[in-house]
Amino acid sequence: MTDAPTDAVPDAADGQPEAPLIHGCVVGDSHGQVVVHPDRDRYLDVVRALDDEGYTMCVDLCGVDYLEFPDRTLPVGVRPERFEVVVNLLDLANRRRIRLRVQVPEEFPVVASLFDLHPGTEAMEREVYDMFGISFTDHPDLTRILMPEDWEGHPLRKDYSVGAIPVQFKGANA
Amino acid sequence: MATTSEELTATTLTGAEVAAAGIDLAVDAPDPGTNYHLFVAATDEGEQTLKPRSQTKAKELMREVGSVLRMSEAEAALLGDIPDDPDEDQTMIINMGPQHPSTHGVLRLMLELQGETVLRCKPIIGYLHTGMEKTGEQLTYLQGGTNVTRMDYLSPLNNELAFSMATEKLLGIDGDIPERATWIRMLLSELNRIASHLLFMATNGMDLGAVSMMIYGWREREEVLRFFQEVTGLRMNHNYIRPGGLAADLPAGWRDGVLQILDMLPPRLDEYDTLMTGQPIWRERLQGVGVITPNEALALGATGPILRSTGVEWDLRRDEPYLHYDELEFGVVVGSYGDAFDRYAIRLAEIRESMELVRQIVERIPPGDYRIQDKKVTPPPRARIDESMEALIHHFKIFTEGFKVPEGEVYVSVESPRGELGCYIASDGGPNPYRIHMRDPSFVNIQCLPHMMRGGLVADAVAIISSVDPVLGGVDR
Repeated sequence: MTDAPTDAVPDAADGQPEAPLIHGCVVGDSHGQVVVHPDRDRYLDVVRALDDEGYTMCVDLCGVDYLEFPDRTLPVGVRPERFEVVVNLLDLANRRRIRLRVQVPEEFPVVASLFDLHPGTEAMEREVYDMFGISFTDHPDLTRILMPEDWEGHPLRKDYSVGAIPVQFKGANA
Repeated sequence: MATTSEELTATTLTGAEVAAAGIDLAVDAPDPGTNYHLFVAATDEGEQTLKPRSQTKAKELMREVGSVLRMSEAEAALLGDIPDDPDEDQTMIINMGPQHPSTHGVLRLMLELQGETVLRCKPIIGYLHTGMEKTGEQLTYLQGGTNVTRMDYLSPLNNELAFSMATEKLLGIDGDIPERATWIRMLLSELNRIASHLLFMATNGMDLGAVSMMIYGWREREEVLRFFQEVTGLRMNHNYIRPGGLAADLPAGWRDGVLQILDMLPPRLDEYDTLMTGQPIWRERLQGVGVITPNEALALGATGPILRSTGVEWDLRRDEPYLHYDELEFGVVVGSYGDAFDRYAIRLAEIRESMELVRQIVERIPPGDYRIQDKKVTPPPRARIDESMEALIHHFKIFTEGFKVPEGEVYVSVESPRGELGCYIASDGGPNPYRIHMRDPSFVNIQCLPHMMRGGLVADAVAIISSVDPVLGGVDR
């Protein structure tokens, strides 16, 4: 191993020789797909910067609950949290894709909404809210989308067991 | 038992008085052992329905109208669809669906009307939600196909394809799928596209009053489904494309079946042209209806025929080729006005384009294996089970326990008849997906509805829903 360059970021020198950063965020590679790991505070800025770079379309936004899998492999410098919000962006002109994985802590599951930037995330963020209970600040209409309004709990969370909760619909007789 | 207002006010306590009286206002003390209180706390989120204008704050309204158009609140206010006095009931909210024949299943729309003009519209979904993504976490990768195939039930083979490709990518065998399997996958996805668009022709015709078109469309689609039945054993929900290849090889005589479809379709598509495309009433009903611009479509995440109808040439088969689409000659059909007629015409042209693709694929399907010979994912052939104990155990293991997929996460997308169909799988190294998410094109595309309907006539609402071609099985999953 050669000596670390003097001006290198402390973490970048030993673990990964090149450690590329995109807008100051750790970048990983998953089966040839570029994955960026912005922290929650900078998430909106990173998406905005990527939008300026050409990633103008938000194709997909979904949540993952890593309750039962906390020791997953993440690049150096990314602290695992219980939830992740995964965003897939698309650059039509250059035909490239990029994925963002934002770590969201259990105690305060709140993320900035992409609605102002990509109005198409309206339904997707509602789905994540409905299924995981992750709130999005400045979302215009953060209500449940797939489950009934009076449903309790968020079904895709890992501690929401399958088939253990009685079906509850409005107006049904007990 | 008359209670005077004085008595009522007398019983109302202030917060300080409550605290002084020692009354405990907490409803349920959260159990520190679970996090149940955390997710119940955030459960009361208000109604999903469209509220009357008098109950909608001006800011909300502006945002609703202006955000997609990329307008400021002031600009949006100038659009002139806001009644002068919101308190005076000039508008009416009507409910359409979920049991409405033209809503393609159980889509419910709430429309705000001013006279006959639609001002606002809100799709309310979830009536077909069965938690398939949750179910997918309980099933092994081998069983997963039976689950995803039922999501967008009009393009089952595309669902299976996206799921299988994602699984193969995680397994690292995506480069080793036999040629024959890859070409058969393409053949079936294209035939599936034809079947799906034929059904669109049928329902679109029916929604607009060309009722005989419904019979024609279903008749032609049935021919394609008959071929699927010969190949996979089922008309729908095939579970034929599986991680590692296919469930079985094509049956004897498959070529004749395909050629028969290719011979049968062209004259019937010409009939469609006579019945609909050139017909003045048809054009009158569709042209200029439900217009969406390229910028709006991109902002809303719309893909497939909706995006292409605005003139954006974007087709994953050509722009991000998967399987062997890069070796085939085909055109990407685009429109220019972004209206309902363009979306109809694009789908009709795509049937012809897909037939061209099928013709090329049939010529090129090579002999060989229909599934990967990787003992990890492929069970041993039936004949070996009779003679080998190990083969029996191996077979048993794969079908009970499933195969383990290395840790990782991957997003794979294919061009389904309705747009980009993506599959996101996160694996923890076990035999079930840790998380499986399907990015269904219909789910995203119906967000265009409020936009397309705004300012149009309520009679055109049906034409617009139809032109988006949503499949509620995919929307709700």
